[in-house]
Amino acid sequence: MAVGRETTNEATGAGREDGRQPPYLYPDYVATRLRAPKKPLIILPRTLSDTTGPAYGSGPIGELDDDLTRQHSGEPLGERIIVTGRVLDGDGRPVRGGLIEIWQANAAGRYTHKLDQHPAPLDPNFSGAGRCLTDEEGRYRFVTIKPGAYPWKNHENAWRPAHIHLSLFGSAFRSRLITQMYFPGDPLFEHDPIFQSVRDEKAQQRMISSFDLETTRPEWALGYRFDIVLEGREATPMENHR
Amino acid sequence: MSPEPTPSQTVGPFFHNALLDEDRSELVSPDHPEAIRIEGTVYDGAGEVVPDAMVEIWQANSSGRYDHPADDREDLPLDEDFSGFGRSGTDVDGKFSFVTLKPGPVPGPDGRMQAPHLMVSVFARGLLKRLVTRIYFPDEEEANASDPVLSSIEDRELRRTLVAGDEGGVLRFDIRLQGEGQTAFFAL
Ligand SMILES: [Fe+2]
Repeated sequence: MAVGRETTNEATGAGREDGRQPPYLYPDYVATRLRAPKKPLIILPRTLSDTTGPAYGSGPIGELDDDLTRQHSGEPLGERIIVTGRVLDGDGRPVRGGLIEIWQANAAGRYTHKLDQHPAPLDPNFSGAGRCLTDEEGRYRFVTIKPGAYPWKNHENAWRPAHIHLSLFGSAFRSRLITQMYFPGDPLFEHDPIFQSVRDEKAQQRMISSFDLETTRPEWALGYRFDIVLEGREATPMENHR
Repeated sequence: MSPEPTPSQTVGPFFHNALLDEDRSELVSPDHPEAIRIEGTVYDGAGEVVPDAMVEIWQANSSGRYDHPADDREDLPLDEDFSGFGRSGTDVDGKFSFVTLKPGPVPGPDGRMQAPHLMVSVFARGLLKRLVTRIYFPDEEEANASDPVLSSIEDRELRRTLVAGDEGGVLRFDIRLQGEGQTAFFAL
């Protein structure tokens, strides 16, 4: 039976991805040790079950959901930034009306979350959560505050490089992605096992935003550009309907 | 040239305000005459519960139609009150739950039908990329036996992890990330 061919590489990390995606087991990131599956993954044949997917074109998005600096009565502390880019599918086509949800620490490196024990100040004017839909060209744009680095308990003196978490829906179940966007030149990259779990250097670069003078608004905010490519859409019957 | 996909990174432990601020675990009202309830616990390789996971489901409606332009089988009705997408966090006891409708059968590869099933994504701290599994139904023995995906899994124990248990009308689907009884996970 051909459809269910099992693969051994994926689960062990030597994977068919050649370091362009992280493995499940990356022992330097300690939490993977008890959470990575050990049995071989089963190759799933393409069917409507995964070439379809949740559509978010008409999701309930609030007016200020894409501006994390205006969700409270006052302005949050920190460096105001604009983060923008395009979301493309694996064939280079724009993902239209796709939902992007983001979350991040405040400028001091603290999350508004009951489990965040980092002794850095909370900011009453910053919750650190936002969302928006991509436009007809797949573009998105957030206004926020540059997040701070923060410590975690993975190993002695462990610090996460500054990052923004992103969750994205594309045109199919296959396109679903949760990732993190980093900032250029962060000295913590080489010490961070989550970043390093992606072994391929070019793939690492795809997680790092670039400073963009064109996006930067004079007297107001620095601009960062971050394009995102979701896993493949294939030439499905959908093509005939768009 | 096709652009290369952006690498996945873990959802981390701090996603709740952004991803679970509204409850999306009920795809239909619990009062719906055909509502089914699915419950499960996520376990790690030490058998400990995973209290910081997020489980998402994607499924066809009760006629077997996906609410998506790629499913163009006009003869099957769409249900405008049913999107087919759900999301549940796990609680301190590692538990997640959904209230939904049982999906109809959907076409598989090579023209055969697939047994009714839900597509499932699991995200958590310690998962650098999502895990994908499926929930099949215990009252579909015949359809399950001929399902092209289920029947392609030679390891019987592994295959069995994909069929929910029936606990007095509640469907139970535990997710074991690693170790004994590990759930079958798919590579897309
Ligand atoms: Fe984080």
